[in-house]
This record gives sequence, structure tokens and C-alpha cells, in this order.
Amino acid sequence: MNLLQFFRRPRVRSAQQAKERLQVLLTHERGSRGLPDFLPRLQQDLLRVLARYVRIDRESVQMQVEDDGGVFTLEINVELPGGGAPAIHR
Amino acid sequence: MPKIIVMTSGKGGVGKTTTSASFAAGLAMKGHKTVVVDFDVGLRNLDLVMGCERRVVFDFINVINGEAKLHQALIKDKRLDNLYILPTSQTRDKDALTKDGVARVLETLKQDFDYIICDSPAGIEKGAYMALYFADEAVVVTNPEVSSVRDSDRILGILASKSRRAEMNLDPVREHLLLTRYDADRVRQGEMLAVDDVLEILAIPLMGVIPEDEAVLRASNVGVPVIMDERSGPAQAYADAVGRFLGETIEHRFLIPERKGFFQRLLGRPA
Repeated sequence: MNLLQFFRRPRVRSAQQAKERLQVLLTHERGSRGLPDFLPRLQQDLLRVLARYVRIDRESVQMQVEDDGGVFTLEINVELPGGGAPAIHR
Repeated sequence: MPKIIVMTSGKGGVGKTTTSASFAAGLAMKGHKTVVVDFDVGLRNLDLVMGCERRVVFDFINVINGEAKLHQALIKDKRLDNLYILPTSQTRDKDALTKDGVARVLETLKQDFDYIICDSPAGIEKGAYMALYFADEAVVVTNPEVSSVRDSDRILGILASKSRRAEMNLDPVREHLLLTRYDADRVRQGEMLAVDDVLEILAIPLMGVIPEDEAVLRASNVGVPVIMDERSGPAQAYADAVGRFLGETIEHRFLIPERKGFFQRLLGRPA
């Protein structure tokens, strides 16, 4: 620390922020670690099948896997537009 | 029983190669026959840091491809009797590292050496994966900085799930944290993550803290592992880390700022 810095003292403890940001981020990242990597493909397939019956776009199918102490639960959320208007049959 | 140790970090520029060179030299100084293998295919640098760049004739990839014998590629360190370097190729790409090929070379090295140090490239691609796959122990080199800590956490996840030990349900890879470029002054000012912060986040045993010091650059300038600049802080810290790795109980140093004289403080400059 030099003389100038000494008089400009009041400073934010940036290390504390670094620690807190890391703790939040890593908790999240560790949660999704080791999950099956077929999820994106499964999502594609589901979309293709659903599209045969209803008009649907990418964002309306959401999935996530949760690890409840060794038991994985696959949660799929499908949002049907306008009460599930049927797609045009080919 | 020979041991394979990977020096890994995820992030680049944190000191993997510096650590590989000093750690290997430290083990050799303690009388263990040690080889350090460069896995950074295409970006060969270990030879330069160890000062044997002009003696490279054959490399790791030549041995994997059967173009040279292992003993032709191994370079014996001129300063330490027990220390050898296996340089990597500068011209090939990382696909040259095949799992079978790497396994074969490591198996052969195991017959001759006590410790095989694998200097991993940055990233989480093939080279890094090959460097850690066969490891018995891992030294996770981390800077007290957010991106480095995050990448170290990622690497720990990979060690726990993708290494050979994980795949074969053997005892897990033993993990060691080595915190490098530590600036105790900045930690005291609340501007740098403290060793305890990093330990709390990564939750693996601390093997050592290497202080930020000019000696590291000076050593690489002249191609000498910094551990051999015996009076420098990093050298003492690396020697301590090697001792702890070998099971000695050594108190941590360099965690609190050096006391500076009045004029040094006034000028804000090291002596």
C-alpha cells in the first residue's frame, strides 16, 4: 500500500463478493453435474412426437433432472398453446 | 508402488507447468525416481520451463506411434539424477493421444519410475482428459480468483466421474489443492480470496500455498524449476508441498504478509 492508497481507504471487500458469487454459482453447477447428457436429444424427440398432435414450439417443452439422494427424477413440463389446438394432419 | 499424479486446473495460466517442473524436481531431490510427461500436444512448453528444449529429439507422440523407443525420447535432467522429462510433440494435434497409446507408455514408465507426473493442458478436451484419466492422485492448481476456482471445481467433478478410477469403481483419485500466485497483502486488504475461502468452496485437502513472487518468472526465464532457487519463497513453499505430499507434517507458510519496513510501506514497493 502506498501513501496515496492509504488516504483513499474506504474500499469494498471484493473478495467477499467473489466468495459469495462462487458459492451460489457452484451450488447450481454441482446440481446439474453427472446428469445424463441425452436430455437435449430426448427433448428433440419429444417435440417431434408432440408436434404430430398439437402445435408446439421449442420453449414449451421444459425438462430437468433432479437428484434426490441417488434417485433421479425426470420432470417434463409441456405447455399446450390455446388449449391444445390440433396440428394439421399430414 | 509407482504413482501417477496429474497436475490439472481447467483454467490456463495458473501455474500447471511451473508446478509440474518444481514438484517433479522436488520429488527427485527427495530421492524418488521421477518422470514428468507433457500432455499439452501442439503447445510444448515443459521442456522450456525445465531448460532442456535443445535436447528434444523424439517425443511422447513418437513413442505412442512406435516411431521411437521410450528411452530415446526420455531426457535426463542435467541437474538432478532422479529426474527425467518426456516432452510432447509440437507439430501433431491432440488426437494423436490415444487412450491405448497413453496407457501403454504409462505402463512402461511405471516399471522404471516411482512417480509419473502428468502435466495437463488447459481446458477439458482430449489432452486434459488423457492427462487425468489414468491418475492415482491429482494436484489441482488454483489461483485465488473466481474463474480459476470455478474451473477447478469443474475438474474435480470430472476426476470424480470420468477418470479411470471412477469408471472402474476403484478408490477415488486422491485430490490435493495447490493454491498458487497467493498475495497475502491483497488477501489482508480483502481484495483477494483467502486460502480458507477457497478451501471452504472446493473442500479438498490443502497441499500448499505458493506465494506470488518474481522468482517464478526469473526461474522460467533461465529454464530452472523454481524449487531450485532455494532462497526464494516459492521454492520453500514447493518444497513444503512436496514434503506434505510424501506424508510429512509441515506448517503452512506465506499466509500472512511479510512485515515491511517504514520506507517500503511508504513507497509501496518491495525491497
